Amino acid sequence: MEITKEMVDYVSTLSRLKLDEEAKEKMQGELQQIIAYMDVLNTLDTEGVEPMSHVFPVKNVLREDEVKPSTPREALLRNAPVPDEEAFLVPKAVE
Amino acid sequence: MSLFDLTALQLGAAIRAGEVSAQDAAKTSLDAIAARQGENNAFITVLAEQAMAQAKALDEDREKLAAGPLAGVPAGVKDNICTLDVKTSCASKILGEFAPPYDATVMEKFRAAGGVMVGKLNMDEFAMGSTTETSFYGPTRNPWDLERVPGGSSGGAAAAVAAGECWYALGSDTGGSIRQPASYCGVTGMKPTYGTVSRYGLIAYASSLDQIGPLARTAEDCAAVLDLLQGRDERDGTSLDFDAGHLLEHLSADLTGMKIGIPVDCFGDGLDPDVREKVLAVAEVLKGRGAQVEECKLPIMEYVVPTYYIIAAAEASSNLSRFDGVKYGWRASDYEDLTDLYCKTRTEGFGREVQRRILLGTFVLSTGYYDAYYKKALQVKAVIKRAFDEAFQKYDLLLTPVAPTTAPKLGESLGDPLQMYLSDIYTVSVNLAGLPAISMPCGFDRRGMPVGAQLIGAPLMEQKVLNAAHAFQQDTDYHTRRPEAKEEK
Repeated sequence: MEITKEMVDYVSTLSRLKLDEEAKEKMQGELQQIIAYMDVLNTLDTEGVEPMSHVFPVKNVLREDEVKPSTPREALLRNAPVPDEEAFLVPKAVE
Repeated sequence: MSLFDLTALQLGAAIRAGEVSAQDAAKTSLDAIAARQGENNAFITVLAEQAMAQAKALDEDREKLAAGPLAGVPAGVKDNICTLDVKTSCASKILGEFAPPYDATVMEKFRAAGGVMVGKLNMDEFAMGSTTETSFYGPTRNPWDLERVPGGSSGGAAAAVAAGECWYALGSDTGGSIRQPASYCGVTGMKPTYGTVSRYGLIAYASSLDQIGPLARTAEDCAAVLDLLQGRDERDGTSLDFDAGHLLEHLSADLTGMKIGIPVDCFGDGLDPDVREKVLAVAEVLKGRGAQVEECKLPIMEYVVPTYYIIAAAEASSNLSRFDGVKYGWRASDYEDLTDLYCKTRTEGFGREVQRRILLGTFVLSTGYYDAYYKKALQVKAVIKRAFDEAFQKYDLLLTPVAPTTAPKLGESLGDPLQMYLSDIYTVSVNLAGLPAISMPCGFDRRGMPVGAQLIGAPLMEQKVLNAAHAFQQDTDYHTRRPEAKEEK
């Protein structure tokens, strides 16, 4: 499996990361090396093996839908980089 | 005699008996941190005032000391565990001065048990790394040799316990992040069965693998901390319903009838000869305590590292999408629009190793490659789980090394990420299979650096793991050795 520069660009865009040319080139080489190593998994026959997401059986955990107080707004906004009194502020997203 | 000659449980008993005040214990810890922080950088945040206030409250209301055997014993907490109104950085620039508006479940339990928190511990950024060198707050150094790494990602936790700055620490383990630094720093660290300790309030790296657990001097101390941490939590959807809280009470050094397997596949190429010798010597001690030990097979070792890094990176890429410079933490300046705000914040806010894993995870989940990498890894995970299931039909525990070598020098691992990933070979399979495992000191290499041995149990068999480690520590004194004592020799 070859990792091209276009693929690095593509996954960077999906990840909302913007690497400069030098970083991109380095990352391409590192990802190539790591992915090449991961290809060892192809030597193991897993035909018919069910993919395992959880090692223990998990089921939906449901609770009664009761109204409870949530964390106060000002406590949550305290950590925001740019808040006003009642909201997180971001640049205008829709014209 | 220093108070640090006592184990956490011994100090707890002395505090309850009125021989030592909780304030004396806290002050001893804070003085040690003040003396050591400059050289080893184990902490990101030191909480001197708060710790003294918590200790004072315990001294003034001695009934609170009955809350548990560790009441009043100063401890450190890894900086990816949310602590109410106390900066929780994950050692990342992107979280800035984030101070959570809530406590993690383990912190609620810790406080209810009379815990005194002296500070937040350094780590690899977002727990991604094996050396604590990827921290935005600078690397932690190994107290046994300041030119060497403490391991990672809970490197601050292991270094602080080893250097005698606190009596125990809460760490987290996704692929070895408690056990490997415990091994490099000569302390005891345990990763419990997946689902036994709540992850609520643990900032997620790879949710299907992350578990919180203790680092301390002894297996006995680890049992006490686990009794405190374990239990079902409705706020963690993967939390198990099981009988918790009696590990210390049932701790026994009698291993009569216990069967221990030594997987020959874990002692092959790449294992340092000193590490091999010290780990195999553990078997002889355990035999002396009544265990039957024999060689066995675990024919999965070549697959565990790629499987782990595919799954962990995939989950990380999803978990870390929440860091966008809007809701908490740090935001870049000079952005043009919303997308630019996200991109600039994440590119400038995440370090290189975190970016590498986000990109890797995004790749293995992307259209066209999902089946070949992510789905394949989930299939191999099933094969790995089955190999452990088969081993545990025959054996109670497996004995392996924790890491192929002792602690490397600073800078040796960072230049070659793949080489760093490969050093996790003995620890990651335990997380993939959700098993409990302990890392305990079992000797020193030719350079005088600590060597760790790993004991792995079947799901929920914490008691057997702890009993075997406890038995080993009754007959050996590696866990009592201190970096200072080495220099005096």
